Amino acid sequence: MERKPVIDILRRFGMAFILMAMIVALSFMNPRFFSISNFLTIMRQVAINGALAAGMTMVILTGGIDLSVGGNVALAGCLAAGALRSTGNPWLAIAVALGVGLMIGMVNGFFVSYAKLPPFIVTLATLALARGFTLVYTEGRPILVDSPVFDAIGGGFVARIPAPVLIMAVVYMVVGFVLSRTKFGRLVYAVGGNEQACRLSGVNVERNKTLVYVWCGLLAGLSSVILSARLLSAQPTAGTGYELDAIAAVILGGTSLSGGEGGVGGTLVGAFIIGVLANGLNLLNVSPFYQDVAKGAVILAAVLMDKAFHSTADSR
Amino acid sequence: MGGDSEVGGALLEMQAICKSFPGVKALDGVDLRLWPGEVHALVGENGAGKSTLIKILAGVYRMDSGRIEIDGRQVDISSPRQAAQLGISVVHQEFTLVPQMTVAENIMLSNMPSVRGLGSLVDKTAMASESGRILDGLGVDIAASAPVCSLSVAEQQIVEVAKALSRKTRILVMDEPTAALSNVEVERLFDVIQTLVSKGIAVVYISHKLEEVFQISHRITILRDGRVVASSPTSSLTSNEVIKQMVGRELTSMYDKRTAEIGSPAMEVRGLLVDPAGQPISFRVHEGEILGIAGLMGAGQIRLARALFGIERIYGGEILLRGVSSAVSSPDKAVRRGIGMVTENRKEEGLVQLLSVSRNITLTVLDSLSHLGVMSPRAEDDIVTSKIEELDIKTPSPNQRVRNLSGGNQQKVVLAKWLAVDPDVMIMCEPTRGIDVGAKAEIYRLIGDMAQSGKAVLLISSEIPEVVGMSDRVLVMHSGRVVGELAGDECTQEAVMRLATGGSAVGA
Repeated sequence: MERKPVIDILRRFGMAFILMAMIVALSFMNPRFFSISNFLTIMRQVAINGALAAGMTMVILTGGIDLSVGGNVALAGCLAAGALRSTGNPWLAIAVALGVGLMIGMVNGFFVSYAKLPPFIVTLATLALARGFTLVYTEGRPILVDSPVFDAIGGGFVARIPAPVLIMAVVYMVVGFVLSRTKFGRLVYAVGGNEQACRLSGVNVERNKTLVYVWCGLLAGLSSVILSARLLSAQPTAGTGYELDAIAAVILGGTSLSGGEGGVGGTLVGAFIIGVLANGLNLLNVSPFYQDVAKGAVILAAVLMDKAFHSTADSR
Repeated sequence: MGGDSEVGGALLEMQAICKSFPGVKALDGVDLRLWPGEVHALVGENGAGKSTLIKILAGVYRMDSGRIEIDGRQVDISSPRQAAQLGISVVHQEFTLVPQMTVAENIMLSNMPSVRGLGSLVDKTAMASESGRILDGLGVDIAASAPVCSLSVAEQQIVEVAKALSRKTRILVMDEPTAALSNVEVERLFDVIQTLVSKGIAVVYISHKLEEVFQISHRITILRDGRVVASSPTSSLTSNEVIKQMVGRELTSMYDKRTAEIGSPAMEVRGLLVDPAGQPISFRVHEGEILGIAGLMGAGQIRLARALFGIERIYGGEILLRGVSSAVSSPDKAVRRGIGMVTENRKEEGLVQLLSVSRNITLTVLDSLSHLGVMSPRAEDDIVTSKIEELDIKTPSPNQRVRNLSGGNQQKVVLAKWLAVDPDVMIMCEPTRGIDVGAKAEIYRLIGDMAQSGKAVLLISSEIPEVVGMSDRVLVMHSGRVVGELAGDECTQEAVMRLATGGSAVGA
């Protein structure tokens, strides 16, 4: 049962080391990278994917997947912007965004848990539905968001920290607390580890699986608020590909796609790896076309390395 | 029939085969001799060593010591592939057919004929004619072009046999081949077996159904506790003798049966139908009582247990808990009504292997350990520490993943999880499966403790000594029906075995 401590540390914090190595390397390659203002920029950029990935972590911990978050961001954002335009009430708009996200999560959860359909298929369908409804509602045109509340969310600071970063920090604290300290969080891991064993221990597996999709949807709604506030408009094509970035962050963070293992701390590191990479490549004037290539390569390399750490640690 | 072939040399000779697993000596010097053209039945209780012996023959396990000869020449069977090359085929209880593929494709799966000169292109004509020839040779009428999923279970069984014959098979092992077959289908399978032996193939026939064994076999070898206790021509044996030999195991002090005070009925089952076409089942179990439900594997006892816990559907009848009719339609309802269940397969259904000992123990009691959904770490620690101590679970720490524990300690974690909820009725399916002797004794002690603390225990097991040794009363099941109830002096291993193998309670 004895393990080499070095490997144990690599295993637990491997991705954090990779993130630090990236930061050090980029600092040498471009002096503008290593500055407070650039770090704040990165954090602001990471905030949206970070919030989505937190919800995605919960879903993946149960062994599921949610491909609908990108469509969810677009629909929630546009309906919220519509509500703002017709009522002028930003708080109502925010409530609409969160409500839409929550509803989509409930639909996902219902079909996955009670209709017992594969999550991949259910959320692929709700992704298409959400995108379709967004285009129908907006007729393909963006909706301007004009409200001091949204200005503050997108561009404001609290104690020199950008508001989106603060929101992300709160999201991670809440989700971290929920996963580690609540009954629901315990069941997220347990259901992901062995659904049948949970069911036969008297756990209401269906309710818990539904709830993770609700959380994920709710956080997508919240992300749409941050996105609209940053762009000062709701774009009908917003959030395209966001689901993949969120999933990538979760995987980089060491959460097992088969469920039961991982956590939201790793996901935050994963989201930062993606964010730092994009920012660094921008500063190095790498064409955006190459950035996706780099992202794909980093994901593969990181996951391979992680697997190597794991198999070394497991072979006792 | 096959008896006179003994004049020639033996086809297979297994000598002094030994095999140990951690904590268990599964085979202890077993000899088995097979003649061409004979049906050789292998019988014994669960755990007697039949499947270990077969797995060694099939190249799945390696023996620790011993010698295997085929045609008088020593052979080394180190892989299933090698076993197949030596002409050994096994038809398992679970089929290995690909349902979407045709009968012909399945039969020829391991050696598809290819078009000459085009190695990777399958020659469909040759495949159809070759598989047709094999099926004809078995005297059965199954279309080679039909997809396997359109066949009945019995037909699939025969396709399995045909698949074995597509390779050059000289020894065919059939493991409980009639478990899922109707009487007519059994006759049909027996016709196929007769055809095989007339061609000089030796058949090793493993079955719990003694009637069939006597009908089809030429010779019976009886295993008990990893040793051969008898091996004789079928004609010289009677079914009572076979039963006596099978169960001759000592009832050791391991069972530590204490008498608990038997109280009022905790659970009563009235006319329960777990199978729409089955027989209704009724029984009653009291506080402090251990009610054994014995039966050989697949006799319906596990299905009954799962129905009582709300996993399987109930087609009729009712369940009364403390005299009140209660709908137990799902496991979470069952748990809330005071029923707990240890499932027969720990790994798949009992534990979350990835999680720690502590997280597994608290899985059933999260409600009482949390306030407004937030866990109370102290309450959690308390219950985990006390259960680890109470059940003497050997783990380096409560945070150790359960998958790193031994089978016996894993099973104790399962028990701890249920003791934490403190149910009134505890259903235990095969509670000592796959654990070593020392841990078994501890589990028995814990079962005894449960009864003494006033719980009603349903002990469901295919290990007859265990049921007889632990229970106050025993119900015996056979083919989905309760065929008898035994208590006191009449509850002997022999009487249980007789009922479980389809005989009557009184020895003839």
